[in-house]
Amino acid sequence: MTSTIAAHSSEPLDLPAGTPVVEFDRVSITFDVKPVLENISFSVERGQTLIILGPAGCGKSVLLKLANGLLGPDSGTIKIFGKEITTMPERDLYALRAHIGMVFQESALFDSLDVADNVAYRLHEEHVPEDEVHTRVVEALKFVELEQAIDKFPSELSGGMRRRVSIARAIISGPDLILYDSPTGGLDPITSTTIIELVMKQRDVSHTTSLLVTHRLQDAFALATNRFDTATGGMKPIPHESGINGTGPGIDDGTKFLMLNDGGVVFHGTTEELVHSEDPWIKAFLS
Amino acid sequence: MALLSPEVYIKKNIAAVQEYSLLSGAAIANIFTRPRYWADIFTQMDSIGVGSMPIILLTGFFTGCVLALQSATALQAFGAVSKTGSLVSLSMVKELGPVLTALMVSGRNAAGMASEIGSMKVTEQLDAMRALGTDPIRKLVTPRLIATVFMLFFLTIIGDAVGIAGGAMVSVAMLGLNASSYLHTSYQGLVYGDVVQGLTKPIFSGFIIATVGCYFGMKTTGGTQGVGRATTQAVVISSVFIIVVDFLVTRVMIGIFGS
Repeated sequence: MTSTIAAHSSEPLDLPAGTPVVEFDRVSITFDVKPVLENISFSVERGQTLIILGPAGCGKSVLLKLANGLLGPDSGTIKIFGKEITTMPERDLYALRAHIGMVFQESALFDSLDVADNVAYRLHEEHVPEDEVHTRVVEALKFVELEQAIDKFPSELSGGMRRRVSIARAIISGPDLILYDSPTGGLDPITSTTIIELVMKQRDVSHTTSLLVTHRLQDAFALATNRFDTATGGMKPIPHESGINGTGPGIDDGTKFLMLNDGGVVFHGTTEELVHSEDPWIKAFLS
Repeated sequence: MALLSPEVYIKKNIAAVQEYSLLSGAAIANIFTRPRYWADIFTQMDSIGVGSMPIILLTGFFTGCVLALQSATALQAFGAVSKTGSLVSLSMVKELGPVLTALMVSGRNAAGMASEIGSMKVTEQLDAMRALGTDPIRKLVTPRLIATVFMLFFLTIIGDAVGIAGGAMVSVAMLGLNASSYLHTSYQGLVYGDVVQGLTKPIFSGFIIATVGCYFGMKTTGGTQGVGRATTQAVVISSVFIIVVDFLVTRVMIGIFGS
């Protein structure tokens, strides 16, 4: 079923081997007089999951909006799928966004549309035949285990359900890149685990490149140390032998971390490098 | 609220005019290119046109009534009460019909557009729309622009008609005038230029209502309080614009038709 979702991507991307899916080069943005991000540089390879950590208000969500071209930087360049989006006209950006799924912080579901129409929004825009739309909507809702809510309106859903519908809306076109903006923000621990399992499922089953913003360390480390188990339909710890120094929980090689503070990058690297960092600020943040 | 320096204040206002102009330009340009959201256009026509009918009928009718009463009092001094119909129809068709209809539609719909789009803005629905590959101006502003201009034109005609009917009711029932004479003088009083003037104004007013309402909605910031502020600004600015543009259009029309 998941592979069917992945197979629906509108046009296959012609991305040369070794080209990063996301590439930020000395990107800066200022709101009014306050610099939010300054000289941010990093890249994300195909199939990787980059977890963006940092305190509230450090520019994590702004970074995601920059990656989707929803905001433009004041300086620096951003390349998505090898194409520079900083100078790209909005019309071309709409075409590029067909390959990008985005889950917003507060879900951002359209109030006037029911769950089915929210999830099918992109398909309706692409004039996909109605029979196919219905099949794919049901498929995407089954992925987030919410097919029973197909006729409900966003106002009738709980916060966690709205977040799951938002994930279904983001994955329905089988995107090559997914941007998650605090998908567990404001949710209770059990619902948060459900959401993280869905993110993990998308990562491990569809191998979609993703950027995930969070300020919840437990979610970040759950993603770094667990894999989605298709047999049980939940997460399970990665075996110990792949863990740090052969001890402790195993870690996912494709999951990297980017930490932001005061508008700058304070860390970019693997889970192992992060937990062994001697930087006092990082230590304090992780403790 | 922090005080702004004159330089910042001027820059901010020039930037606002620029943003408004760009939004209006894009909304007009979208009319001529695909995709076109016909379902949204018809939904807005229903909401703006049919939804505004009761207030237009009521305000138009009673404006006609009061106009007939006031005119008759003034005309009595010259022994020209029989000209009441002419005065009512001229005032309604050239001025009061277009302006009052526009102001009522502005109060109802500019506010509605600003609050609806503003709520979408503060809940990131506009960003979600862009992220899903849809231009919010094409999807939200252009249908409202087409619907408002189209429906305001016909609402104005209805407003004019019920105004003249209201004047007729007062003239016949309260002033004792002959109904046939009233309608005859009403018809005779109007010339081609008056009708063109009266029907040109709603085109400009409709444009103002839709673009100002959508502009304030799309630049909403600051949560629910911001939505309230955007709504108020949309109604105030669009109402002032309607009156100012009414004056300008009247002057141009007098220049063209000479009366």
